[in-house]
Amino acid sequence: MSRIWSFHGGIHPPENKQQSLLKPLRQAPIPPQLIIPLQQHIGAPATPLVEVGERVLKGQAIAEPSGHVSIYQHAPTSGIVSHIGNYSVPHPSGMEGLCIQIDTDGKDEWIEHQGVEDFRSLEKPALAEMIRCAGISGMGGAGFPTEIKLHLADDHIINTLIVNAVECEPYITADDMLMRERAAQIIGGIEIAAHLIKPTHCLIGIEDNKPEAAIALTQAARASEIEIEVVVVPTKYPSGGEKQLVKLLTGVEVPYGKIPADIGIVVQNVGTMSAVNQAVKQGKPLISRITTLTGDALDSPGNFEVLLGTPVEFLLQQAGLNPMSLNRLVMGGPMMGYTLSDTSVPVVKTSNCVIAATEEEFPQAPPAQNCIRCGQCEQVCPAELLPQQLHWFAKGKEFDKAQSFNLMDCIECGACAYVCPSNIPLVQYYRFAKGEIRREQAEQRKAEQARIRFEARQERQEREKEEKAAKRKARAEAASRSQANRKDQVAAGKPAAADPQEQIKKLKTEAAVARTKLKKAEKALAEDTANTELQAAVEVARSKSEQAQQALEAAEKASPAPAPTLAELKIAAATARTKVTKTEKALADAEAKGAASADKLRASLDGLRAKAEAAQQALEKAEQAEKTGSSSKPAAPAADLKQLKSAASIARTKLKKAQKALDQAREDRADTAELEQQLATAQQKADTTQQAFEAAEKAADQADGGQAAPAADAPDLKALKSAASIARTKLKKTQKVIDQAREDGKDTGALEQQLAKLQQKADDAQKAFEEAEKAEQSSSPAPQPAADKPDLKALKSAASIARTKLKKTQKVVDQAREDGKDTSALEQQLTKLQQKADDAQKAFEAAEQAEAGSNTSQPTDAGSDLKAPDLKQLKSAAAIARTKVKKTEKALADAQAQGSESADSLATALDKLKAKASQAEQALAEAEQNSETVG
Amino acid sequence: MALIHVSSPHTNRSGKAGHVMRQVILATLPGLAALCYYFGWGPLINVLFASGLALLFEAAVLKLRNRPLGFYLGDLSAVLTAFLLALALPPYIPWWVTTIGIFVAIVIAKQLYGGLGQNPFNPAMIAYALLLIAFPVEMTRWSAPETLLEGPLPGFGDSLAIIFGQLALPDGVTLATPLETFKHKGGLTGEELWASSTLLNNLEPWQAISLAYLLGGVYLLVRKVYTWHIPVSMLGSLLLIAGLFYAADPSNYAPPLFHLTVGATMLGAFFIATDPVTAATSNKGKLIFGASIGILVYLIRNWGNYPDAIAFAVLLMNLTAPFLDYYTRPRTYGHKQAERGIARK
Repeated sequence: MSRIWSFHGGIHPPENKQQSLLKPLRQAPIPPQLIIPLQQHIGAPATPLVEVGERVLKGQAIAEPSGHVSIYQHAPTSGIVSHIGNYSVPHPSGMEGLCIQIDTDGKDEWIEHQGVEDFRSLEKPALAEMIRCAGISGMGGAGFPTEIKLHLADDHIINTLIVNAVECEPYITADDMLMRERAAQIIGGIEIAAHLIKPTHCLIGIEDNKPEAAIALTQAARASEIEIEVVVVPTKYPSGGEKQLVKLLTGVEVPYGKIPADIGIVVQNVGTMSAVNQAVKQGKPLISRITTLTGDALDSPGNFEVLLGTPVEFLLQQAGLNPMSLNRLVMGGPMMGYTLSDTSVPVVKTSNCVIAATEEEFPQAPPAQNCIRCGQCEQVCPAELLPQQLHWFAKGKEFDKAQSFNLMDCIECGACAYVCPSNIPLVQYYRFAKGEIRREQAEQRKAEQARIRFEARQERQEREKEEKAAKRKARAEAASRSQANRKDQVAAGKPAAADPQEQIKKLKTEAAVARTKLKKAEKALAEDTANTELQAAVEVARSKSEQAQQALEAAEKASPAPAPTLAELKIAAATARTKVTKTEKALADAEAKGAASADKLRASLDGLRAKAEAAQQALEKAEQAEKTGSSSKPAAPAADLKQLKSAASIARTKLKKAQKALDQAREDRADTAELEQQLATAQQKADTTQQAFEAAEKAADQADGGQAAPAADAPDLKALKSAASIARTKLKKTQKVIDQAREDGKDTGALEQQLAKLQQKADDAQKAFEEAEKAEQSSSPAPQPAADKPDLKALKSAASIARTKLKKTQKVVDQAREDGKDTSALEQQLTKLQQKADDAQKAFEAAEQAEAGSNTSQPTDAGSDLKAPDLKQLKSAAAIARTKVKKTEKALADAQAQGSESADSLATALDKLKAKASQAEQALAEAEQNSETVG
Repeated sequence: MALIHVSSPHTNRSGKAGHVMRQVILATLPGLAALCYYFGWGPLINVLFASGLALLFEAAVLKLRNRPLGFYLGDLSAVLTAFLLALALPPYIPWWVTTIGIFVAIVIAKQLYGGLGQNPFNPAMIAYALLLIAFPVEMTRWSAPETLLEGPLPGFGDSLAIIFGQLALPDGVTLATPLETFKHKGGLTGEELWASSTLLNNLEPWQAISLAYLLGGVYLLVRKVYTWHIPVSMLGSLLLIAGLFYAADPSNYAPPLFHLTVGATMLGAFFIATDPVTAATSNKGKLIFGASIGILVYLIRNWGNYPDAIAFAVLLMNLTAPFLDYYTRPRTYGHKQAERGIARK
């Protein structure tokens, strides 16, 4: 015996099967009229093959399949087709469907038919075709065309054939009776099915409430050539459900959204197997079936072999219907069957049972009460759903939630509604929700299709528009081309333009335009190679471009090439150099990688170098020629000077960068030897450029000689000043770096050296500046006040800068002293700065005095306009002096309070300042008097 | 012949929701009988009085809501609520306390939420918690069982008179419950308390009552009114946690069997926590629900302010029931795994 698994839930409703088993199988008589629905199965309705008035024989095909999932329909007996039209068909909704009505003639005359006893000799397709032609669809309930299930594609490998003999619904005994009466036929059908799908196991599942049928089947199976196992399962509703039976017999679940064939299982009903046997062995199509007629409203319930198409009312009469007590007419079982409101509906291939129930038998359901969430529905649900939650969702129309709770897995077995203590028609709620969901999905599909259609239409319209636009453009271009041609012809007649240079430029642009056009045309052609029009356009463009190029070359040859200017040469030289460096880099890379292209690169590098040299030489020559040729031009040395200046500044910037990098590296404690070297080279470079610059400047000064244009002199002074200030800035920065380094406890030897160098440089710059200033002063013996004033200002600022420096250094020194560091170097520096500051101050004072002297000696005919600013100046100078005195006093008081050593120096400074202040006051008073006497 | 057109299924297991309620009411009778045996007529009078009140209040609200009276009163849910509340009250509680309790249970905790099946909290426990907070004196004045009384229990007439305020409850009759006794043991160790307390050495009345409730519960399990998940997990978790603490420190914590047999443990496990309307519904959810109640009961009994904790534990877990249901869904046939929460597909 095979092992039996179990599925979740299930119920044990009263069976009520005995009533219909009291009498043996009976043959229902031929009714006067048969109504054959064209759709008795899942799939497309069949297409009629007969016409009204045509005589048909028993077993003659009267409708053919209209598609893959569709079946044949046959005449169940001989007679005349009397009508093809709409009749009520068995359906939960009580709807009508297309049917063929046959007026039977009672002769029951068979059409010629022949079976094949040795079906194994047949090819599979031929065997399957026999089943298809017999119009067999599943007789258990759903009515799926059997041939499709038995003639699967090669990708479905079937290991188990399960024959469903469970018949778990109460009341129904049609399969039970069939098994008792025709077990051998069923086994024959199973043999055919097994031959078609070649399973490794054949199982017949049967409930233990049908012992007689089980015994009959077991005996018949024993006689079979193949091994067929009859598996008796416990009686429980709904064991006969396909998915439940699969679980019960194999322990495997049919995955969601799949069919049993996907997991190698085919399930067939016993009735279907019997029909297959008849079709193959006797050549008889499916024209009759066993139907259970039962219910308390019948006098003699039982099973009948019924011709398909027999009206239910005719059948019920055979079973002794008591019309007065009939209350509910159910087609199918009490759990999943549907009520018929019209007794004229015919029996179809899936009609296994008709229950004519009295009111006592199937009482009206009591009114539904509230759900008390007792969870009994969940305990019985064979699909393992949460029916009470689904009920809430369906009631609240929360269909998305219902779907997420797997409503679509509900098999509508009715177990939940059966056990519900509150009598809630749960299945009805689920059917409603499913219907709504399907409707929504259908609408979504429709909307999606509409969207796709709309988008396709828009795309088409867009494309048409674009095509039109392209045609228009092509026409316009052709027109403009012809016009241009005409113009060219006109232009060719004209004398050449006066300026050959201009002419060449024009030609150049024309050639470029022609080339661009050619490229565009080629691109277009590449995209659409088949377009002959475009090909022609490309040809035209090409010839035009060539013409333009030729014209240009001719013009260039004709007109003498203008001598390349110095700037052009320079650019050429620079470009050549850049190329060389780039190629050098590339070469280094290539060599490092050992690439084969290194040789090539080397060769090209040599070429480039030669070129660069040539360019450089050309440049130098041109420069020399320029110098010699235009020594009288003052602009040339200025330009040279500028160049040198920028070179110097570039060198300085580089230096700074290197310095920064070095600092960074030091902070990161990286290896700084390389960087330091770099810094040193940068330093050197900066120095040389600076020197060059200064030399050039001197040379320029000398060249300027006696001319001594003040305009040319001023920039010199300025340059020197800025150089000096730059040097100072550097000095400061380096100082800071050193401080930082000291604080961090690093070795600052190298930095200090640098600092000393910078100091020197700054001093040099300062000296140079001062010298230049002096020279200027001496060279301009008639000092103009306008030229003098900036000098004074400059001196003032120099002095103030010196003072600021002094203060800062003082602070640094104080700080260092507080930190207990060695400050001798700093102190030295401090004294130097002190000196410098004093010098600056002195220089300033001297200049001031000189000015004052020159002012006083100046004749006053210049008017009070000239004097007024003088007075003002003096006033402000006096005020500044006073303020300074006050500040210094304060500072002195502070210093004395703190006992600082700088107090002494401050005291001397204070004395000086006081003296200065009194001088300024005096000067002011004098000036005022002067102005008064003049006024 | 007029054929009716209805949807399947066409048969129904005979039974109404009232059937379930009737069975539960039936199952409380052994407990009620035991209470009456040890405490006199008080519990019976309370139950009958409460049931009458419950029907009255229910009918009044149904009238206001324009609902058919017979149909809704017939589901007996109001009577069951009255039974459960009355069984939990002290035997000789004044009538007005019961009246307020039933009003709260039926009108506020049940009907204002929409009636049967719509209430998120157990109505009887809402009422019990409210009474315990509002009338602590009346709610903790338990009378002594007959076995611990000097004199006889009050007769039926006297009981009526006591409940309806015509007669004061005799002084010698009131007594602390075992849980209260243990809670207020002060500095005594468990052994000392056991040695000194006559009450704790005479627990037979409470044990008998618990046994009676257990009996009723087993009957309901056999009749498949509910599944074993909630009572078993609740009693199991309570037994486990009480056992752990008792094993660790027997002088400070009560023995596990004491926790199972005194107070409302059995009533709670088989009649309160299993109320389907307010409990989790999936099997896994029920296990979590029951086990959590067991643990909460122990925590509140030992470290809370109240000696017993069934009402608060059940109400707390009622809050979590919808959440539990969303996160303990069973795996549907043919699906690889159970979905959790509400995933939008």
